[in-house]
Amino acid sequence: MNTCLPGLEFAGVSHAYATETVVQELNLVVPVGSLTCLLGPSGCGKTTVLRLAAGLETLQIGWIKINGTRVADDTDTSPPEVRDVGLMFQEYALFPHLTVLGNVSFGLDALPAETRETTAKAALAQVGMVGAANAYPHMLSGGEQQRVALARVVAPRPKIMLLDEPFSGLDTELRASLREDTLRLIKETGATTLMVTHDPMEAMLMADHVALMHNGRVIQAGSPMDLYRQPESSFCARFLGEVIDYVGFVRSGEVVTPLGSVPAGGAEDGEEVQILIRPEALHLDQETEVGGVKAKVSDQRDLGPHTKLALQLEESGEQFHVNLSGRDLPSAGSKVAVHLDFSMVFVFPVRDR
Amino acid sequence: MLVRIWFSDNILTHQDKSLSVVFATRRWRVNLWQVLPFLIAVLVSVPALVVLVHLAYPMGEVWQHLADTVLSRYVINTVWLALGVGVIGLFIGGGTAWLCANCRFPGRSLFEWALLLPLAVPTYAIAYSYAGLLEYAGPVQSSLREVFGWSRGDYWFPEIHSLPGAILVMAFVLYPYVYLLGRAGFLGQSGSASEISRTLGRGPWRTFFAISLPLARPAMIAGIALMIMEALSDFGAVQYLGVDTFTTGIYRTWFALGAPQAAAQLSAILLLFVFAAMLMEQWSRGRARYYQVTGRDRLSRGIQLRGMSAVLAVIACFVPLALGFLVPSAQLVLWTVESWSEVIDKRFIEYAWHSVSLAALTSALALFLALALRYSLRIGGGWGSRLCIRFAGLGYAVPGSVIAVGVLLPFGFVDRTVDEFAREWFGVSTGLIFTGGIAVMVFGYLVRFLAVALGAVESAMDKISPQLDDAARTLGCGPGQRLWRLHVPLLFNGLVTGGLLVFVDVMKELPATLILRPFNFDTLAVRAFELASDELLAESACASLAIVVVGLIPVIVLSHAVGHFNHAMPRVGDAA
Repeated sequence: MNTCLPGLEFAGVSHAYATETVVQELNLVVPVGSLTCLLGPSGCGKTTVLRLAAGLETLQIGWIKINGTRVADDTDTSPPEVRDVGLMFQEYALFPHLTVLGNVSFGLDALPAETRETTAKAALAQVGMVGAANAYPHMLSGGEQQRVALARVVAPRPKIMLLDEPFSGLDTELRASLREDTLRLIKETGATTLMVTHDPMEAMLMADHVALMHNGRVIQAGSPMDLYRQPESSFCARFLGEVIDYVGFVRSGEVVTPLGSVPAGGAEDGEEVQILIRPEALHLDQETEVGGVKAKVSDQRDLGPHTKLALQLEESGEQFHVNLSGRDLPSAGSKVAVHLDFSMVFVFPVRDR
Repeated sequence: MLVRIWFSDNILTHQDKSLSVVFATRRWRVNLWQVLPFLIAVLVSVPALVVLVHLAYPMGEVWQHLADTVLSRYVINTVWLALGVGVIGLFIGGGTAWLCANCRFPGRSLFEWALLLPLAVPTYAIAYSYAGLLEYAGPVQSSLREVFGWSRGDYWFPEIHSLPGAILVMAFVLYPYVYLLGRAGFLGQSGSASEISRTLGRGPWRTFFAISLPLARPAMIAGIALMIMEALSDFGAVQYLGVDTFTTGIYRTWFALGAPQAAAQLSAILLLFVFAAMLMEQWSRGRARYYQVTGRDRLSRGIQLRGMSAVLAVIACFVPLALGFLVPSAQLVLWTVESWSEVIDKRFIEYAWHSVSLAALTSALALFLALALRYSLRIGGGWGSRLCIRFAGLGYAVPGSVIAVGVLLPFGFVDRTVDEFAREWFGVSTGLIFTGGIAVMVFGYLVRFLAVALGAVESAMDKISPQLDDAARTLGCGPGQRLWRLHVPLLFNGLVTGGLLVFVDVMKELPATLILRPFNFDTLAVRAFELASDELLAESACASLAIVVVGLIPVIVLSHAVGHFNHAMPRVGDAA
């Protein structure tokens, strides 16, 4: 598999509903066989991108290519039925008047009748739903319906898979298991996948590449860890994970925060900047250690995988909460010295807010 | 005995276990709420049961006579009427529903509600209008003769006093049932289903036939079933247009032949037709439930029609509106202008008063009963109460003439028995206590229209969260207090709508009124019928127009709702 080949390509795509522009100058390449996540808050235009890729919206500006073939530009948009794409919605959208088997074989009518059923059953077997072949959608639970929807979308072996928040209607446990199944099936079919989600955890769990969208634009693209560790904007830093945030002025290449001085990066002296600190940048040491900022642990809640600490800074009296993992965390009432790992501290100009 | 089983069942299945430890007095009160649905259901089903029992009676001489002469005609005409109205209604209602739900064209938002207007026109009123328009001396034929210089016998002209005539005029006022439900069926579909179908390789047309149409089908079948039930109930139009169906047969057998038993037997056979339509409706509704999405879903933006196709769409929507509402109303208005000075007198006011007071009394009672029924179910009815309410709601399907026969037979029997008993033992005649009074009329209306009130109360009550009941309960409100302080205020709009719908239905109702009314007691509907039967069409128009105008009120209320509840399937009662 040559991962350099573009499977799905958008170039200069802009789209507006009535007067409202929802996608602006989108350039995006999804390499063949990879899974790219379009991540962003609701209303950022990510679903529109998916609908444009599927051919459900007529393209207004720019062009879209699937496996090197132009499927839409500003003069001509090919309809969804000829694009060989598979689409999965959050609300399952199973056809209520067809059985599970009828749903799964719906996209297979190019096949001869006898292979149609075996192909559909094979797809159902891959999601563990063969037993429900003759059931109707309303007889199934939400998780089961989504499994059927997954089988339906992979059965015709589409070149491109488009997933629109496919797991957000499900509870945590089901979501995890369906995510596994979906990833496995996508890898098996080798389809090029574009998935839309607003959940950064999901993006980090599933995606090879993430494109973060904000107000109709892709503001940063890269591997999930790039976005988490090297955000290029405060929006990206905030959207991908928790941050403790301060505002301050740069003095001789540094900026002072209640948690200590932080290198200001490229910011000039006198500039007002925002400082975003990931909780894992905080290292808590014995109070007796030299240096660091003195703080008191005012409360401690064990949340299982991590522990929520309420820290009160001695000097400023400021209190904030951090989630930290590990076993040997200080108990409530104890005093600590806080050191910062600067690799997880991000400084951006305030105007970037 | 049955009542006892009923009681124990309900106490055991009572939702609120804490009530099982109650004081003796409380227990009695709880039971009252539970025995109520049973009593009402029994009362309301009396007419249909009385009629059906007659199927088991030996067929008498009159029956033999009917069977030899007219019965086959009744059956054939009734079947053709139901089929014809259903098929034409499907094309008109289904076509306009699809256009309004899935396309964008000039005037769509106007047609969306205006297409409901024909519901305000009773079948007999449209029959009188078209009969007047299309008769030999009417404006259409007169102008044709004038323009082409023809005279009598020179030309062929379709005869409105015929089965096809009856089918057409009825289809044009009844199609809104299919339109209303079909539109909801198209709009209630998940837009995603069609989009998925497109990505799975089916083009727009194949998607329409594989997904959209099948998903709207149950809703449209339910609409057709409602149309057919209305067509089967019609008496005024077929009587006037001279088409012999079961309803006219029942009327004639009862009055002209004076054979109640044979009339009841005819009614029973008509009821079997009605039940078939009703089963069709119930079955479709059950399926439709699974085909509609209620949650968040994107409304598809629809196909933008331009040029010729937009013109055709406008014509397709305008023609049913014109033929079902504008033309007949215009005719009624013209006749009224011509005749009002002679027609509107003290007696006309009296007929109107009869209509209005009967309608008001019936709607008040229907609302009261519907509220009691639904509320009793809410505060802890089991499947038994549910079944009773379903039963009490079946009356809407029973034609007015059948109900009239089913009401008069048992009450007549009671009257005669009481009278004989009194004469034998006290030497006095009590005369007729029940029959020939207002009470039997109101009872007959209640049997027929309780379902309408039930539907309105039910849809309003479903919107009240059970948590409100629980909250009121923990704040110390008993069942009666909760009804009065919580439900009645919250249901107010639903009650007004329900009352309005029953009111209009009673105003329109012709055959039940005609058979059940006391001697010389006329209402607007009866007056319109009598004058039209005497070929005084212009004189009859005033009463018909009054009914149409009152009938417009709930249609407007309903059309307002059409704009709001795009996804909801409207309930049966709401449409009547």
